[in-house]
Amino acid sequence: MHSPDHTCPTCSGHEHTAVPGPRFHRLLAGGPVIEVSGVSFAYADREVLSDVTLSVGAGDFLAVIGPNGGGKTTLVKIILGLLRPERGTVRVLGADPAVVRPAVGYVPQHALVQPSFPVTVRDVVLLGLRRGNGFFSTRRWPGYSAQEKRKALDTLDMVDMSDLAGRRFDALSGGQKQRVLVARALISDPALLLFDEPTSNIDPQGKVCLFDLLSALSASITIVMVSHDLISASTRITSVAVVNNRLIQNRGRELTPTMLELIYGTHDATCPLDEYIRGMSSIFTAGGQRSAK
Amino acid sequence: MMDILGMEFMRNALLAGLLASLACGVIGTLVVVNRQVFMAGGVAHTAYGGVGLAFFLGLPVLPCAVAFTVLAALAMAMASFGRAERSDSVVGIMWAAGMAIGIILMDITPGYNVDLMSYLFGSILAVPRGDIVFMAVLDAFILAVVFFWYKDFLALSFDMEFARSMGVPVRLLYALMQVLTAVTVIMVIQVAGLILVIALLTIPPMLAELFTNSLWKMMVLATLASLVFCLAGLAVSYHFDITSGASIIAMATGGYVLAWGAHSLRRLG
Repeated sequence: MHSPDHTCPTCSGHEHTAVPGPRFHRLLAGGPVIEVSGVSFAYADREVLSDVTLSVGAGDFLAVIGPNGGGKTTLVKIILGLLRPERGTVRVLGADPAVVRPAVGYVPQHALVQPSFPVTVRDVVLLGLRRGNGFFSTRRWPGYSAQEKRKALDTLDMVDMSDLAGRRFDALSGGQKQRVLVARALISDPALLLFDEPTSNIDPQGKVCLFDLLSALSASITIVMVSHDLISASTRITSVAVVNNRLIQNRGRELTPTMLELIYGTHDATCPLDEYIRGMSSIFTAGGQRSAK
Repeated sequence: MMDILGMEFMRNALLAGLLASLACGVIGTLVVVNRQVFMAGGVAHTAYGGVGLAFFLGLPVLPCAVAFTVLAALAMAMASFGRAERSDSVVGIMWAAGMAIGIILMDITPGYNVDLMSYLFGSILAVPRGDIVFMAVLDAFILAVVFFWYKDFLALSFDMEFARSMGVPVRLLYALMQVLTAVTVIMVIQVAGLILVIALLTIPPMLAELFTNSLWKMMVLATLASLVFCLAGLAVSYHFDITSGASIIAMATGGYVLAWGAHSLRRLG
């Protein structure tokens, strides 16, 4: 959570206490939120995920870390049901991912959305409202009800962006845009939030604000975040996994030497990697101790 | 003004300008925000193949060109979807091929004596009543489709990946967007010609984006701007006896430069 002297232009610096728990989808106790078992996936002849197994429980804040091209985004797309694995099974909230899409909030990189676009912050959030299924659903009527507009403002309030509801989205900073995209994912009261590289193209202070927000949200919602940004994630997460074709998961927040080897290559005792591994592991361990609740 | 309205061909020209403005304002907005201007250019030049086919087969030009161009636009959509790094090459091939087919078909059409320039630079003053009705039908189709799937077009245009995660049929809508672009291009060819159609699809929406903060407002303002440019262009064309299509585009370009200057000054101030 925020330190008392926290100030930055990305948010007003207040504690994110407004995040309401009961609003989000209630999860059935016991079963895992995500269960990936023996999944493999290839683009053409290049296998990006090989026999991947992952389990995420209710209330987890999992960081999936790995190098570019290691399969992080592919894993997210498989969990979202946008890609079908060639082998293995995926269950999200106990069902096929495509079936439970309404209960999953997806937050892509803000850099992937159109850089210049005539849309207000409030209208971006309203895009996250679930509409009726089917091409000819009557809920496709243009415009939104007063109740929907009020809910958009309430959701923007949760991410401390309601003051900028009428501003054009492309006039915001990177950190502010990412918070608005979080609100867009939250407006449908999801049971699970999936983040794809949430800190890319965001300045360091914006990253702190974003992870403060995610920490607050993690009290009431399960979060899975894929990122190459180890240090930003280290103090907030409850568990960690690394992926680079294969996947290794740790129920705690420590990165083991085996996990770091998977990310950074063959472990050679004579190269400085040893020190690097010790350094990175200590960052995670120390981060865990600092932010222990 | 009453002199102008007293002539049927001018009344038809004004109606054609109004109908073309409506289509350009709405579809041009989608083209601009999706950065598909080059694709629209490809569709426009492929339309020439449809015109050539119509003459070769002795069929009505407008319906035949619409059918040919819609099929070409669908082919472009299928070839370019999800292949951003190669979509410009695909469009470039179809751009050139469409033109070549049109020219070859016209070359081999027996007794061909139609003024080629009228399709390159437009002939708004020669739009017949039958084409006005056909344009009105196409406008109604465009407006109905965009109205009904407005939120999906907005989601698709703003963030395709998120739209897909929301269950929006992005591939289908992307193809539909190309079809609507093709229909609009054919319609505007009547007014501004093949060479200048891109300007009418681009300039009014670009101007509108300077002053709006939502997609539907951009569509409305782009339609109004396009209509003003058409009327001003027609008036200038009538008084100075210059080509109407080029006159309309000159008005649009001048209008955009003025609007951009005013917008820049306002931001500086």
